This record gives sequence, C-alpha cells and structure tokens, in this order.
Amino acid sequence: MAETIAFYTLSVLILGLAVLVVTVKNAVHSVVALVMSFLCVAALYVVLEAEFLAVIQILVYAGGIVVLYLFVVMLVNLDRSPEEHEDPRRLSIFGLCLAGAMLLEVAGIVVYSYNRSASTVTAPAAASPVQGNTQELGWLLYTDYLIPFELASVLLLVAMVGAIVLAKRDL
Amino acid sequence: MATESAAMFDTDELVLNMGPQHPSTHGVLRLVLRLDGERVKDVDVVMGYVHRGIEKLCENRDWTQIILLTDRMDYVAAATNNLGYCETVEKLMEVEVPRRARYIRTILAELQRIASHCLWLGTHAMDIGAMTVFLYAFRERELILDLFEEYCGARLTYNAMRIGGLPLDIPSGWDDKARAFCDIMDSKVLEYEELLTNNRIWLERTRGIGVISGADAISLGLCGPPLRGSAVNRDVRKDEPYAAYDEFDFDIPIGTRGDTYDRYLIRLEEFRQSIRIIRQALDGLPEGPVMGKVPRLLKPKAGETYHAIESPKGELGYFIVSDGRATNPYRFRVRPPSFCNLQGLRPLVIGHLVADVVALIGTIDVVLGEVDR
Amino acid sequence: MLDTVFWPLVKIVVLLNAVMVSVTFMTLLERKVIAWAQSRLGPMRVGPYGVLQAFADPLKLMTKEDITPANADKVMFTLAPILSLVPAFVVFAVIPFGGDPLYYVADINVGLLFIISVTSIGVYGIILAGWASNSKYPLLAGLRASAQLISYEIAVTMTLVSVILTAGTLSMVEIVEAQQEAGIWFGFIQPVAFVLVLIGGLAETNRAPFDMPEAEQELTGGFHTEYSGMRFGLFFLAEYANMIVIAAVVVVLFWGGWLRPFPSVGALALLDYIPSWIWLFSKMFLVLYLFIWIRATLPRYRYDQLMRIGWKVLIPIAIANVVVTAVVKVLL
Repeated sequence: MAETIAFYTLSVLILGLAVLVVTVKNAVHSVVALVMSFLCVAALYVVLEAEFLAVIQILVYAGGIVVLYLFVVMLVNLDRSPEEHEDPRRLSIFGLCLAGAMLLEVAGIVVYSYNRSASTVTAPAAASPVQGNTQELGWLLYTDYLIPFELASVLLLVAMVGAIVLAKRDL
Repeated sequence: MATESAAMFDTDELVLNMGPQHPSTHGVLRLVLRLDGERVKDVDVVMGYVHRGIEKLCENRDWTQIILLTDRMDYVAAATNNLGYCETVEKLMEVEVPRRARYIRTILAELQRIASHCLWLGTHAMDIGAMTVFLYAFRERELILDLFEEYCGARLTYNAMRIGGLPLDIPSGWDDKARAFCDIMDSKVLEYEELLTNNRIWLERTRGIGVISGADAISLGLCGPPLRGSAVNRDVRKDEPYAAYDEFDFDIPIGTRGDTYDRYLIRLEEFRQSIRIIRQALDGLPEGPVMGKVPRLLKPKAGETYHAIESPKGELGYFIVSDGRATNPYRFRVRPPSFCNLQGLRPLVIGHLVADVVALIGTIDVVLGEVDR
Repeated sequence: MLDTVFWPLVKIVVLLNAVMVSVTFMTLLERKVIAWAQSRLGPMRVGPYGVLQAFADPLKLMTKEDITPANADKVMFTLAPILSLVPAFVVFAVIPFGGDPLYYVADINVGLLFIISVTSIGVYGIILAGWASNSKYPLLAGLRASAQLISYEIAVTMTLVSVILTAGTLSMVEIVEAQQEAGIWFGFIQPVAFVLVLIGGLAETNRAPFDMPEAEQELTGGFHTEYSGMRFGLFFLAEYANMIVIAAVVVVLFWGGWLRPFPSVGALALLDYIPSWIWLFSKMFLVLYLFIWIRATLPRYRYDQLMRIGWKVLIPIAIANVVVTAVVKVLL
C-alpha cells in the first residue's frame, strides 16, 4: 500500500521534473530540475529495494556528472542571457514524429512482455549465493559480467587521459 | 599542439584593482594588476594616498619641531626616524653626543627594530593564513611599547631624541625591565620559529617565491633585508657605524637565494642580534650626561649633509640643506627605505599567482607612511 | 504505525534540535578556542563567560536586512543556502549514537555510501550561490570552491573503501560492532586512512589550511558575497554543520563510535556506566577541537597547491592504502 503511494508520487515528480528540464528557458534551472529528477529516481530505487543503486545514483549521477553539466552551462553562459530560438516551432514536427516512434516502441515492449509468462524472470534471483543488494551486485559484476566491467573501466581511463591531453597547455 | 589548444580557449587579460582599501596592503596602497588567468602579467603600483607633505612642512618648522614630524613617517619604528634625523643635524652642526646618550639611543633603536619586526612578522604570517602568530607577535610588541611608554610617555610617536642627545635619562629600574624583556624575547623567537620555520605549508608559500638576484637588487636600489636576502652584504650599522654600534659585537644575517623564505629567516635572526646588542649596551652603559653641549638656539651653519642609518626596513637617509640664516632647514629630504623597496615590487610580482601578491607585499615590509610621507 | 512513523518522528525532532543547537554552539567554541590559542579570551560579555554569544550571533543575523541583488535569480538565490545546509542535517539520520535501536533513526545497510552521496549534494549550494549572485567574481569563486570539494571527495571516498574492506560492511552500526568484535578501534588498524579522512574532511568543509576560497574574498569576492542576513547565516551554519558531520563520521569509523576505550578489556567495565552517546559526543568534541586547533595554527595553502595535494598526493596514497588493505585481508 505504502509502496504504491510512494511509486505514484515519485513517478509524478520524476515526470514533472523531466518535463521542466526540457521546457524551462534558463539553462541553469533546467539542470537543477534534472538533479531533482535524479534524486527522485534514486528514491524510486529505494522503493524497489535496490538501495546500493540508489546511493550510487546520487553519488555518481547527481553528485558528479550533473555538477559537471552545471560547470559547463555556467561557464558558457557567462556573458549571454538565455537564448531563444528564432522560430519556436522549428523542430516540433520532427519532435512529434520521434515521440510517436518512441511511444510505439514502448507499447510494443509492454504488449510483448505481458504476453510472455513471467516465470523466467524470478529464477536468477534465487540462485545468487549472497544476500543483500550490494553483495549481489558485486558478486555478479566480478563473476558473470567481469569482461564488460573491465572494458568499462578501460573506457573510463581512456576518457580521463583524453581529457587531460586536450586540456593541458604543453606536454 | 600547444598553440592549437591555447587558441581553442580564448583567454582575456583581466585588470584587477587591489586597494587602496584592502585588508592586506598594509596601509593605503593601490595595486592595479593585469592578470592572465591567475598569473600576474604586470602591476601598476599607485601610491600617494597618505601623502601629508612632511618634507615641505619641515621647511617651516624649526629643528626641534621637525623631530615630531619624523615620528610620523615610519610610524611603526618611530624612534629610528628620530635617531636618523638627530644624527644628521648633529653631523651638520658637528655636535658631540655624550657616550651615555649614544648607548641609550642604540638601545632604543634596537628595541624599535624588534618592535617593527614583530609587526612585520604578525602581518606577514596573517596574510599567509597563520593568524595566531599575529597575536603572539603583537603581545611582544606590547612589552616594548610599555618600555617606551615608561621612558618617554608615548607608545607610537615618541619624540624621544633631541639634537645633541636625549631629553630624558632612563628611569630607574628601566634597564632591569629591558633585560627581563630580552630574556622573554629569546624564548618567544623560538616560539615563532617552531610555528613557522619548518612548517611545510609555510615553506611551500615562501620558498622560491619572489626571487630577486643580488645584481637586480642593487640596480633597483633595494636596501635592508630585501637586499641582504639576495646575498649582498650591506648594513649601515657595520659599513658606516653610527650611535654606539662600533662598540658592540653583532652579526649581519645574509641570505643565499633571495626568496621570501630567506628574507623571513634574516628578519628572524635580526631579532636575536638586536637582543644581543641590547644586552651588551645595557651591561656596558656608561655614566654621564645624556645631552651634549648644544646652543639654545639651533642654527647650523650653511651647508648640506646626508646621513643614513639602518632602520628596520632598510637604509633610512636624511639629506638636509641649511642656508645658515634661518632656524629651519632650506631643504629637508628623506630617503625612505620602504619607498625604494617598493620599486622592487613590480619585478618581484610579475609571473607569480595572485595569491602570492600579498605574501610579496609583506616580505618587502612597506609602511605607507614612509612611502608617501 | 507507532513504530514505523511516530517514534522515528520523535527521534528526528530530537536529533534536529540537538544538531541545530550544536551548530550554534560550534560558532562559539571556535571563537573561544582560537582566542585561547592566541592568548586572549574571546567573547566574554554576553552571558557568563560569553556562553550566550552562541544565541546572540544568529539572532543578529536574523534581524539584519535581507538584500537580494536586483538581477539575481530569485529562485536559485533562495535555494542555494538551503541546498548547502540541509544535506548536513540529513546525514545525521544514519549516525548511531549507541548500539540499541533507540539511539539511531535508521540503520541503512549502505549507510556509509549514503553519507558520502548526500554530502556531495551540498556542492550544489555553493555553485548555485555563486551563480545566483549574477556577477562574474562570485561565480568563479563558487566554481573554484566546488572544484576543491569534489576533488577531495574522490580522495575521501577512496579512503573509505579501505575502511569498508576492514569492516566488511557498509552499515554504520555494523562498522562500530565490527570494532567491538575486533576489540580495537579502526583508527589503530588503519592509521593512514584516518589521517587521510581527517585531511580530506578539512578540505571538504573549506577549513584551514584549505580555506583559500574563503580567504580570497579579499580579492575576488567569495561565493557568498551578495548574501546578507539569515541567508548568509545559513551558509555560515552549513560550514559548521558539515564539520560536525565529518567529526561524527571520523569518530564512528575510526574511533569506535559509541564504544568506550578498550572495549574488550573487561577490567574497564566500570566505564560502561557512562552512556554510549556521551562517549560519541566526547570523541566528536575532540575531533572538532582538533579542527579548530589546526585552523588557529597553520598557514593556508595556495589554491593550486591545494588541488595538487588533493589529486597528486591524497588519491595515490588512498589507492595504495586500498591495495595494501586488500592484500592484508586476503592473507589473514
């Protein structure tokens, strides 16, 4: 009961804030709305009993990545007021088509998963040898998903090195 | 590669105004900095905010009244200003100062040196962030000001010397108090050293900052610790002794690298040497009068003279021209050490970061009263 | 109903009040301790020995005129101090003041990560404050201060990984219980981590010797230049609240939380009569005293030296510490 209330409240907040992100004129307001949205997503993860994911969402996404967005937006916007497009309806046809395509895709997924039975979903959860969200995640990452994990870390390393090379004045 | 990436980020030069009202410029000094990001590319030192026309005023005051005005130039070390002026006029008038007076003048001058360096240490450390040293240094300065108050009644502007000697003899018990102060000061200098000298953060903020070579220092006309920090052995007390300095045994600390840390070490060592001189003077204090044979109406014969002493800031010189007729000088000109050292600020600051500018103003030890007069 | 809603609310109310009062008294503690270090007395007039100064300062700030710059972004201007202060209070929900469930609001099984993530929200307060002032210098100062914060956050987070390895759990209560089982505080097993978290904590709360963004107010205008009255007071209090959070975290992780010294030595069982939360408060007080002592004594680092230490010194040492801890844990 409480979960349902929490779910619906959070969904309304998340969707509302997401809409604010794209409609608000001021770029900084948009980014702040994004942060709030991420915090609500983290709360949603808590409702789903994935607490490790929730704190990592806050720590990495809301506390790191969006801070970077904010830096860039502020430094670029330093001398200019928020821009307005010349024709506010310029891209709306394209946007509507894209939104329609997305809607069709989501509807397709929902119909497909509703038709298939849900039996194959529950089995892997019972088979994990450790309890608790953090431990489960760790176990999976280092056994079943080891290669993607290592590849992702190499990718991050390359990105860091690239950033340093680009920003350094002399080598 | 480097030029491409530099062109990607289009940087502007920033003009930043520091002062004249500013917590760290030690008075009313205005610096117009031209910055490239954080680095200082150029600085324009604007002074004159405390100009009171002292040199012109002195042309209309008689010889004894001028002593009051000299107090107000380097108000941090007023007794040395008095000493320099009195000795210059005594040189012009060829007056003999009694030995006791010369000893007491030396004691007062060295006490003044300690007091001035206390203020320097406190403000310099506070600018770099060590706030406690400020309070400790001022605690010791208070002890010296108490000694002066007992001697001449004033704490800042002493009017403590006269042409031909001193107006007052030291009160009884004063020399014991001075000795007690020297003992206290010894342990306090150790305290300052413990807090700062080997402190990693202090070293990072002062070592290698504001390096100036000996040749540059000489050509810029620097004097005092900024000059001695660059390995130039010049101290007026040793090179051209005045007062009673030729009778005492003391060393002149000389730096090696010419950076802020060396200047800090020099002034810290000057604390110790001053205590040494004061002790020797107190032990060997001769009996006798404190005022020489000086006519009632001071009227030096026509002529000009220049005499310099070593004030805590550097070489303080007075150039006085007398035309033999009036009871006031024809021309009174001061060579203030802070003014000459301030010229060194520009080469020191260029290339450093903005955060170092306050450290560099502190290391030159400027007193605006002296710079502007 | 009673257990899930009422008692936690009561605990939250008690905790919030306790933290607010502690924060106001922190301002007084700082002034007094720094004064004593500088051979003077500090506030002495308001109340006996100046004790009521803690209430006088916020009262003064509340009665001051609240000036908002003309072109400032009103929403952000108001939001920034709140974003700075609230995360510090939220963290106290997971700090255990004792072993019994009465003494903590919630024992989340990712408690330590929760603390780190919530404190990283506090960065927004600084950035938005600089932005909302609608002026170039506060903006740059705000960006700088927040860059300092996130750099040291990385160092502290990596250090905390080695603590997690030692304790084997992320939950704050279980970390203290692990110290009780081990019979020794983790500060002795992980001295490097202890020192790194202390230094990182000083840098994260913009305290000396890492307070150049605040000291530079003289030159470029800090991020809270345009704030006055209680809005400024909120920033001011946020700094002290963050300090108290870091002290609490350090004590729980390294100094045994609510445990008495030598928790496994039976002979000292007499000390058990002292309630657990008093132990926690006393240890927190010692850590806070240490922070204030450091501020009174050390000069401050230049901004580039500060960033160099965060990235080139603390992070490598933290990583090395993690590796060594992991190796030792595997071998034992």
